[in-house]
Amino acid sequence: MIDSEIKEKLMSPQEAVKRFINNGSQIAIGGFTINRNPMGMIYEIVRQRVKDLHLVCHSNGQALDVLIGAGCVKRVEIAYGGNGRFAPTCVRFRKAIEQGEIEFEDYSNYQMSLRFLAGALGIPFIPTKSGLGTSLLDVGGFSSAVRMERKVAPKKLVVIENPFDENSNKVVLLPALNPDVALLHAQYVGEDGTVRIKGLTFADLEQAKSADSVIVTCEEIVPRSFIRTDPDQNSLPPFLVDAIVKLPMGAHPTACAYVYDYDVSHLNLYKDVAKDNQRFQEYLQEWVFGVANHEEYLDKIGMDALLKIKADPVLGYAPGLDRR
Amino acid sequence: MAMSAGRLIRNGDILFAGTGVAMLAATVAKKIHAPKSVVFFETGGVDPSLDELPMAVADSRVMSGTSINSGLIDAFSIVGHRKLRTIALLGAAQIDPFGNLNSTCIGNYWKPKVRFSGSGGACDAASLASGFIVFMQHDKNKFVEKLDYLTSPGWLQGGESRRHMGMVRGGPLAVVTHLGVMKFDDQTKKMYLAENYPGVTIQRIVENTGFKMDVSKAVESVPPSEDELRILRTQVDPQKLILGSGLG
Repeated sequence: MIDSEIKEKLMSPQEAVKRFINNGSQIAIGGFTINRNPMGMIYEIVRQRVKDLHLVCHSNGQALDVLIGAGCVKRVEIAYGGNGRFAPTCVRFRKAIEQGEIEFEDYSNYQMSLRFLAGALGIPFIPTKSGLGTSLLDVGGFSSAVRMERKVAPKKLVVIENPFDENSNKVVLLPALNPDVALLHAQYVGEDGTVRIKGLTFADLEQAKSADSVIVTCEEIVPRSFIRTDPDQNSLPPFLVDAIVKLPMGAHPTACAYVYDYDVSHLNLYKDVAKDNQRFQEYLQEWVFGVANHEEYLDKIGMDALLKIKADPVLGYAPGLDRR
Repeated sequence: MAMSAGRLIRNGDILFAGTGVAMLAATVAKKIHAPKSVVFFETGGVDPSLDELPMAVADSRVMSGTSINSGLIDAFSIVGHRKLRTIALLGAAQIDPFGNLNSTCIGNYWKPKVRFSGSGGACDAASLASGFIVFMQHDKNKFVEKLDYLTSPGWLQGGESRRHMGMVRGGPLAVVTHLGVMKFDDQTKKMYLAENYPGVTIQRIVENTGFKMDVSKAVESVPPSEDELRILRTQVDPQKLILGSGLG
């Protein structure tokens, strides 16, 4: 039986966007390039025409590219915008930067992950040995006016000598991140609200713990007895989660480990249309604005395509899938 | 390329693989040259079975048959672990004579002519691993005197500059291209030509390098054996996911 506490958190993607995401929100997106992107929520953000988002990303792929292409994004702090072999550089991300349409600033994956960790731990900054001597340190992306804005660090990165050992050497200090919202897709949420992510967690847990609000979309809501039987496998306790959205196949066209693989034909279609402004708008019209909700989206993808990418529950992917 | 890089791997190395040819090379090393090496990914997958070639470092194939699955912070704690010899396999858009890499942009950073994906984990691996091997197309626009953006640290300005900057280990070991293999001088840390592939003249390599490079130590590479090629084509990448790009 679903606990009363989670009843209040269970909601539709429409409601989750309305309640938690505003124009100008700073958002951390879960998943990594072509795996476990919370696409169902991303499409709903686009449908509701949210504007001026500030994305804080390690390696975001499909979700980042759709949001930028749809004009929802004003600013990104990012380590990597790519979709593996489908798009070594995300196409709309690349266009937006080359044409000066978004504000951006570069970091590395470890740096961004540590910034979320610092935010989660409640410390203002965190040191690392990664990035010494690089342009990541001395080429700032944001103007001094942007640096005054809320949730933007007043400085990019700072190098100091190790204060514990004068004979040792330099470390890089990274400013903490506390995004307004962390958005992630999990395989399971229990009836008690416990979240279980299977496969690699990337930086999802640090992102969730650093954020003011956490929205979790999931493949399934599972019985309390199931999620509490093997708690070593669980990822987040119920009280860290503010909204739970049941969205089966909610990461499509990216993969969701152990449930489905990435949809090669859809990602190839996307790669192709993303190159052309007109065709990209038609794609959004057809696949996002043209469907009222996630159920209609899945109908449109079709059972054949969904069965083709069904993962082997032991291997975690669809063996033998034609990936050309 | 994948084969030349595979030969640089020691049996027992801990390999950090980026996307594309780097991933192919790690798989080749594991299946052919260094079966006791362990491949792991910045996303957190350690020692996957690699029965199928991953198409990204977040592919579910990097989580399959692994020793452990974790996340980015755990993965980078392995890259920089003081007890391990970790070798990173990286790609880049530009390289300079000291093996510093650019995978961010061509032209002005704020209004670039071409924007690339950005560091991802490359800067981290180049900063923290025991060493790294670079995969590049050999082209004078990519082998440049000065980078448009320094994403990942190599030997910085050469000599002892990397250590003086505060890095405790690491640095580029070799650059593998479709024409040959470059290494770095022990003292000056400057790139030199170590191997040219059979059928590739030294002159062609010089013409495709945008800076002056010492070629006096170059020897011709041993070509891949029939057996190596068979394993590469039938077991590592039968769908030609990466070999098909002409970069294998």
